Amino acid sequence: MRFMMIIKANKKTESGALPDPREFEAMGKYNAELVKAGVLLDAAGLHPSSKGARIQFSGGKPTVKDGPFTEAKELIAGFWILQVKSKEEAVEWAKRVPFNPELHFEGQGEIELRQVYEAADFGEELQVAHDKALKGS
Amino acid sequence: MTAADTHRAIEAVFRIESARLIAGLTRMVRDVGLAEELAQDALVAALEHWPESGVPDNPGAWLMTAAKNRALNDLRRKKLVERKHEELGHDIEAKQEAAVPDLEAAIDDGIGDDLLRLMFIACHPVLSTDARVPLTLRLLGGLTTEEIARAFLVPEPTIAQRIVRAKRTLSEERVPFEMPRREELAARLSSVLEVIYFIFNEGYSATAGDDWMRPGLCEDALRLGRILAELAPNEPEIHGLVALMEIQASRTAARVGPSGESIPLFEQNRAGWDHGQIRRGLAALKRAEDLGGALGPYQLQAAIAACHARARAPEETNWSRIVALYGELARIAPSPVIELNRAVAVSMAYGPVAGLEMVDALVSEASLAGYYLLPAVRADLLAKLGRFEEARAELERAASLTKNAREKELLLARAAACARGSAPRTR
Repeated sequence: MRFMMIIKANKKTESGALPDPREFEAMGKYNAELVKAGVLLDAAGLHPSSKGARIQFSGGKPTVKDGPFTEAKELIAGFWILQVKSKEEAVEWAKRVPFNPELHFEGQGEIELRQVYEAADFGEELQVAHDKALKGS
Repeated sequence: MTAADTHRAIEAVFRIESARLIAGLTRMVRDVGLAEELAQDALVAALEHWPESGVPDNPGAWLMTAAKNRALNDLRRKKLVERKHEELGHDIEAKQEAAVPDLEAAIDDGIGDDLLRLMFIACHPVLSTDARVPLTLRLLGGLTTEEIARAFLVPEPTIAQRIVRAKRTLSEERVPFEMPRREELAARLSSVLEVIYFIFNEGYSATAGDDWMRPGLCEDALRLGRILAELAPNEPEIHGLVALMEIQASRTAARVGPSGESIPLFEQNRAGWDHGQIRRGLAALKRAEDLGGALGPYQLQAAIAACHARARAPEETNWSRIVALYGELARIAPSPVIELNRAVAVSMAYGPVAGLEMVDALVSEASLAGYYLLPAVRADLLAKLGRFEEARAELERAASLTKNAREKELLLARAAACARGSAPRTR
């Protein structure tokens, strides 16, 4: 099964400041562990919300709102996609994400884990409908 | 968190740490069976202590210490008189006392090599496939005996027995915990890749309704392949195998129809392919290619799979490249099935006459006698040449050879189309 591991933003990541080299190195070591364990499928850091946008729908109509967005704690700063055998395994990897108290995260941060849907989760009927739609396009 | 939750969390930690733990212990005690027992004892100790004390910061180090302590206690309890054993005990104790402050360093130092050695041992050619596969999944894949049994549709005691016998054989044959010598390396590596690909194919052949551990074998094989690729990054065939598995697995959602029938490659909905997985497969293939050297069989098969993966539609397939790759594959690892695949590629690149010539040469091949795809392919080519009556006969023959009911239906429908003198929908 796959899990998306999301790292939440904070004031520092939202400011667009590049990470401290020690932090970068710590994260690099962590990512190397994921690679060596054969569990890393994908990973990326995200630019601050100032470079992004939100598209809000109301009555079916979209409105575009450019970043930055203010609630830093609710924003995301990066993600990994892991292949694991259980949620508990994903949790264990998440617990190992480096949040060094001496560096800018002040030892604080939040990781959110979400399981990725697989095709098999949708069951047959939805699969058939999905396939039909794609063939038609 | 309930007790059951804590239990599962500890088991998840163990699953992450167990291969390295067993590898390091095997180096110490020189016996895979004993190493595994010590690792299990460490797990028991963790299950006793961690619910109260919490999971330690460095769980791998904690487990290794627990296992080493157990090894020492066992030695003391046995009160072995032989000097050799006493010396060994002192040695371990002395190293233990010196090593405690540097435990983390000791565990990391050379552990990569230990893990690689463990892989070579678990896949040793002195063991049969029946033995190598469960042993590898247990020692390196972190699967429990029960999980392995479910994946292979075999009773748990059977798997347990195979693992016990495998360890005993390794012990009796005195298989050393060493890297294979240079002259043996290619053959030993080939043995490891064979085990991993075997596991993958078991998972790939799983059908809907199977226990989910079964298709999960594809993930287990991919994980082992990726781990191996990091342990031995300069071996192109490892990257080739990982590439092949990623690309094949990328089609999982698209290759089975609503009634469980398998959908041939050219009829699959390519939007249903996992393109992230294809990307990873192509990246692995590039790693193999960048290493240079002669192309091995896994790399060749991966390159063929990559040709299909890169084509957005069947019509965009680079057939002449596939023909060249099959030509090379047929040269280094010839087989009738590869020859048949090569014939299909030739027909797509150069027309049905050229392909039919090659297929006709295979008709007398004994090993393909019961293989339904041989007459099915022949039928395709005959129909393309307007030889509908012969095509019909071949399709009926193919239908008689397949055990899959839905596949049989499809073949007979195509035979009927031939009988009406119209070209049946071809692959």
